[in-house]
Amino acid sequence: MSELPGDLLYTKDHEWLRREDDGSVTIGITDHAQGALGDLVYVELPEVGQDVEEAGEMAVVESVKAASDVYAPIGGSIVAVNEDLADDPEKINADPYGDGWIVRLLPADAIDEGTLLSPDNYQAVVDELDD
Amino acid sequence: MGSKTPLFDSHKAAGARIVDFGGWDMPLHYGSQKEEHHCVRQNAGMFDVSHMTIVDLSGDRVRAFLQYLLANDVARLEDYGKALYTCMLNADGGVIDDLIVYYLSDSDYRLIVNAATRDKDLAWIREQAEAYEVQVVERSELAMVAVQGPVARELAAPCIDAEHREAALALKPFYGLQAGDAFVARTGYTGEDGWEICVPAADAAALWDCLMAAGVSPCGLGARDTLRLEAAMNLYGSDMDETISPLAAGLNWTVAWQPEGRDFIGRTALETIRESGDRQRFVGLLLEDRGVLRDHQRVVVDGIGEGEITSGGFSPTMGKSIALARMPAGDYDRAQVDVRGKLLNVRIVKTPFVRNGQVQIDTQEKDQ
Repeated sequence: MSELPGDLLYTKDHEWLRREDDGSVTIGITDHAQGALGDLVYVELPEVGQDVEEAGEMAVVESVKAASDVYAPIGGSIVAVNEDLADDPEKINADPYGDGWIVRLLPADAIDEGTLLSPDNYQAVVDELDD
Repeated sequence: MGSKTPLFDSHKAAGARIVDFGGWDMPLHYGSQKEEHHCVRQNAGMFDVSHMTIVDLSGDRVRAFLQYLLANDVARLEDYGKALYTCMLNADGGVIDDLIVYYLSDSDYRLIVNAATRDKDLAWIREQAEAYEVQVVERSELAMVAVQGPVARELAAPCIDAEHREAALALKPFYGLQAGDAFVARTGYTGEDGWEICVPAADAAALWDCLMAAGVSPCGLGARDTLRLEAAMNLYGSDMDETISPLAAGLNWTVAWQPEGRDFIGRTALETIRESGDRQRFVGLLLEDRGVLRDHQRVVVDGIGEGEITSGGFSPTMGKSIALARMPAGDYDRAQVDVRGKLLNVRIVKTPFVRNGQVQIDTQEKDQ
């Protein structure tokens, strides 16, 4: 199991969030999630400018095996989507925390870190699943 | 924890992701399902299919028994070792299972049936066999490895007993032979050339290691499913089951109507369906929009009716999504599929999608 980037926040739904300098938040799925899904073949992205509610459906990632919803870990407005995923969804497999990012959104409210997981706490979630 | 095949430790050693499949702990993939898929289309891959059930039948009246039990006619098997694909039907014409039957001698046949249907298959076969005094012996002590791909036989040949190697290489498609302790058949479930090899459980790991050393890549059930979908080979439980007749699952070609006097289980029901004029279509779909077709999605044909995807997924060879679907009768070549509330465009295409490494359909054709 590869090490989790220490500068990210996580959710128990296997998503990660990175707070950018401009106040936006970049979101993707974790290495554990891409591993469980298998080779990705299609990503359905939201429109830029679209508002998403916390826990609402934000994107769909489809692997050879199955389709999986990506839920918005926080509410906000989509400011960017990773267009490269249209032709190369396997970027998520290859680099889930980098080139495989999915969306960037501008949070509607201040982020309540209490509802998100630190790297250590997320690692514990993954460890439990691997047992 | 499920049942384990004799190759379970070999899978773990090769880095398999293990999943439950019909009560068995089986490899889903060993890293990348897509790479395994391409390996079979372009080179050679191997699958542990030891979870499948091998049943040997023997007795003086075994041939008459199989002519009654199976919708295809074992009378078509004229040479020893010849194999036949067939459905085993219930009295309503529904499919209890699909299977391969091998003609080993006038009093010996071998069936290979699905893993998930093992219990009901054995119970059904035993029940029907009684009147024919046919002995039904499950060969659970045998393991089975499918080696598939354009160079599969060439790479696997050194792993076959030297004395029988030449004969194994000379096997024509859909023939098998006993090669020492192994039974080698030129069959498969991928649309590629290759062998399915049955060996005693104790020899399974050595065969696997030999194939690995020969350059054959281990492949999981994931790739097995995308390969068989591209080859448009039916999957029991998805494309047909006990409520679906072979006529509604694209398996008309496996039903032997001649001779008319042959009474097989389900025949009367099938004849009724045939005479009723019910002409459901079982077709291939090619997705023209972006997305992925999945099992059970609704297919809409404007002005005609609705059908359902029975097997859908992504074709690694074509880089597009494909599906098999049960559709209403009618003359049409386009439809739409309801994918999470959006209607996506599909074209009805002739199957198989892929055969012997080559895409069989024109994926570029657009609106005329």
